[in-house]
Amino acid sequence: MKYLPLIWAGLWRKKARTIFTMLSIVVAFLLFGLLQGINQGFNTVVQNLDVDRLYVTAKTNLTDGLPIAYASRIKAVPGVRQVSYWTYFAGYYQDSRNPIPAFATDPVALFDIYKDLKIKPEYLQAMQRTRTGVLINEQLAAKYRWKLGDRIPLGTSIWTNKDGSNTWNFDVVGTFDSSDLGGGFPGFYLNQSYFDEAAAFGRGTVHYYIVAIDDPAQATAVSQRIDALFVNSANETRTQTESALAQMQLKQIGDINFIVNAIVGAVLFTLLFLTANTMMQSVRERTGELAVLKTLGFSDGKVLSLVLIESLALCAFAAATGIALAATAFPLLKPIFGNFQMPGIVVAMGAGLALLLAFISGFAPAWRARQLNIVDALAGR
Amino acid sequence: MSALVTLRNVTKSYTRGKQKVEVLHGVDLQIESGEFLALMGPSGSGKTTTLNLIAGLDQPTGGEVEVSGNRIDRLARGALADWRARNIGFIFQFYNLLPVLTAEANVEVPLLLTNLSRSERRRRVQIALQLVGLADRAKHKPNELSGGQQQRVAIARAIVADPTLLVCDEPTGDLDRQNAEEIMNLLKALNRTQGKTIVMVTHDPRAAEYASRELHLDKGKLAKEEVRHVA
Amino acid sequence: MKTFRQIGAVTLMNLRSLPQRLGTSAVIVIGIAGVVAVLVSVLAMSTGMLKTLTQAGAEDRVIVLRNGSASEMGSNLGRDAVRLIVDAPGIKRDAEGRSLASVETLRLVNLFKQGDGTEVMVTLRGVGPQVLGVRPEMKIIEGRMFRPAVNEIIVGKAAKAQFRNMNLGDQITTRGATWTVVGVFSSDGSSHESELIADAETVNGADQRGGFASVIARLESPQAFQKFKDALSSNPALAVDVSREREYYERQSETISKVISVVAYVVGGIMAIGAIFGALNTMYSAVSERLREIATLRALGFGATAMVISVLVEALLLAFIGGAIGAALAWLFFNGHVVGTTAGGVSGHLIFELTVSAQLITTGIVWACVIGLIGGLFPAVRAARLPVVEALRAV
Repeated sequence: MKYLPLIWAGLWRKKARTIFTMLSIVVAFLLFGLLQGINQGFNTVVQNLDVDRLYVTAKTNLTDGLPIAYASRIKAVPGVRQVSYWTYFAGYYQDSRNPIPAFATDPVALFDIYKDLKIKPEYLQAMQRTRTGVLINEQLAAKYRWKLGDRIPLGTSIWTNKDGSNTWNFDVVGTFDSSDLGGGFPGFYLNQSYFDEAAAFGRGTVHYYIVAIDDPAQATAVSQRIDALFVNSANETRTQTESALAQMQLKQIGDINFIVNAIVGAVLFTLLFLTANTMMQSVRERTGELAVLKTLGFSDGKVLSLVLIESLALCAFAAATGIALAATAFPLLKPIFGNFQMPGIVVAMGAGLALLLAFISGFAPAWRARQLNIVDALAGR
Repeated sequence: MSALVTLRNVTKSYTRGKQKVEVLHGVDLQIESGEFLALMGPSGSGKTTTLNLIAGLDQPTGGEVEVSGNRIDRLARGALADWRARNIGFIFQFYNLLPVLTAEANVEVPLLLTNLSRSERRRRVQIALQLVGLADRAKHKPNELSGGQQQRVAIARAIVADPTLLVCDEPTGDLDRQNAEEIMNLLKALNRTQGKTIVMVTHDPRAAEYASRELHLDKGKLAKEEVRHVA
Repeated sequence: MKTFRQIGAVTLMNLRSLPQRLGTSAVIVIGIAGVVAVLVSVLAMSTGMLKTLTQAGAEDRVIVLRNGSASEMGSNLGRDAVRLIVDAPGIKRDAEGRSLASVETLRLVNLFKQGDGTEVMVTLRGVGPQVLGVRPEMKIIEGRMFRPAVNEIIVGKAAKAQFRNMNLGDQITTRGATWTVVGVFSSDGSSHESELIADAETVNGADQRGGFASVIARLESPQAFQKFKDALSSNPALAVDVSREREYYERQSETISKVISVVAYVVGGIMAIGAIFGALNTMYSAVSERLREIATLRALGFGATAMVISVLVEALLLAFIGGAIGAALAWLFFNGHVVGTTAGGVSGHLIFELTVSAQLITTGIVWACVIGLIGGLFPAVRAARLPVVEALRAV
């Protein structure tokens, strides 16, 4: 691009001003990348949740639970490949300030449904052999320095042991890797059979049934079949895909979309003023130089383009830097969100916004440059 | 006989707010190819306006402006810009170099409007800088050059595209006596040895002495004419 | 004092020429307004949430949970334990000598929001017969109180406004029962207004789930707390956690409060950095536009201090205006805005109002001034250190 020197000359007329403006743009787009990235990330994660997994909960409220006898009936529904369940145990280790979200389950079926969980087969076998066995995710085990063979006591404020105490003793028989599923995925499992035997109440009830189906396209049909099984019973069910469940939960937390868009909007709006002002100042100061260019034969249109391209160079470079910085932060969020990368759509949005910013802030000054009357400008009027 | 530049009954007026100001009241003049013309006159006489019209920076309210057989008073703004790029080299009182660019980058600017290759552009810039005696200062920025040197860079810029006409507005106005002499000598040399036609507006009678002809304007009309032959 | 007069004179000159720099000055004002608006708005979520929760906690009330419970929802007390707690010393008694204590049980119910019909989990609280004595701030504002042993509920004011099916006569289904809405209550704007309330024994009877979640009791006086707590801790048949109600709610909101604060300060912080660059831009530009003027003043004998302070004053003034505008915008758009969330430190959906408090506004303005100060500092120093001769020659 042979006009590069001219554009360069325009940008660096006042070094400090250009640098500060660029830094502001970098910061703004860094924020945009982070916020919108997380926002879109949620949407992506939710959409990508397996549509070949269904969740069955009590229709009145999930905390009401469902009878464990439902398991075999659900398994028999056409289209169902595998059924497991979770019963929320809610323990703590040593002190209620160390809550352990523990779940009683049927581990073999569970690990069959969640193929992203990585576990050694011998651990699963040990779990089946050991009534009081527990499987713990590697992060959690590392946190409390639990090792294979350890006997750990968990306290609970809900389930009283048959012996009347609050404390349940478990044996660590294996660990597993759930990092692909993110930090929110349950990381402590005990055998439902042990729970049923040892609990003073609440036996025979589970909170979630997790159902793996053969064909994702059949998700709605299978859901309806399952719910139909139990309609008008004392324990009606509601079956939905994992994705639908996640979306519902997310929505209850709040309108995150609105908050992110509002903040990003405010940031970009204030940025617009800064950039527009910088471009305006720059052009005003260079009235003489722009007039000289016109004298030398640069047409009105060329001068307009020069200013717009300057604005574009400024915005595009700084915006790209900001978004790149945001992208580097994403792998750091893996412990919370699992496999999480800056969604491509955010980069595209960023590019679009940068263009818009460049155009809006550059247009008035560019027009002004275009309309410059050479004679007046040279005479200093 | 066709002169290089012909002005026929040229008038020019501006509207300043609500007032209409008439600057030129019917100017007729001719400039031959190879001439070195000095336009002089008191402030407000219209000499700069006349210069601007010849250079295609402005258009007359009435009358005709013809350069190399082209009626530039009839050209639209875009075409006029094009025409300027190919035909005019302009030298200002305050040099008007782009402060962030080096001397050679400054000189290169007019060539950006052509289709010449990069190496060709560089070659011509070199030649132009050599002609004005500043080849060794090619990489300096304007703020690293003296006033006289800056003006010479400006002259190099003015001639690099090999224009038909060199137009100067008070070229020595901001220079001390010695630098002024150097610049005028340079212009004279360009006129003599390169055959460049030069039209110069000046206050300075000493600068005018370098020209081959003087024209005086007063209140928008040509006054006396003095032809000077330089030995 | 000469310095003060100098400062005053130069500052006034600066400010008088401000209208010429309206464009660049607007940059600081708008940039800072943005930062403060966002910061205050996000923090208003936390403030509002906290306010609603702590409103529920009274000075002279205690909450007793099973030991080790993280929250009321996760606590399970047996009937025997509850009997012992209700009879403990320190609890206020009514005219008939009955303990002003409410033995409570909790359930979650699926309700639908008015408007977009989002499904949310709402708290159904079963309470004891003394509830109105224990919670004097609870008032029936529509309909009547429920009768015991009948499937009747009263709904909180906020719940009525946010959820479908909350009108008198409407019915709600839970596991094992269908309930009829017979009244609406208010509770000083506390978190209870997001709840549905019924008789505890009736709730337990409906789904046959034994046990209670908590005992809420009114103390003889706030000072009676220790007496009450000691009585319970020294009883070997009890394994409970006793807290003042207000402290309990403060603890519950700690985590979410922290999360919101982190988000607010990180986002606000990043925006502030951007605003600082904008401010630096503006003030540098302001100084360089008046280089000649500044140099002349310096040549005339005005001291460096006067220069620095005058630039800082200008920056501060603009920043303050920006901060005020930002706070005003936050207040205008979001104060009193009703939102609901399941992450509000209680298990059910919590409805609260964003609250732009005086403290928040102050925080916002302080941030604004700090940004202005930093943004003005370097240009101010430049104005003071400028080589006079050079500046006088500057074109």
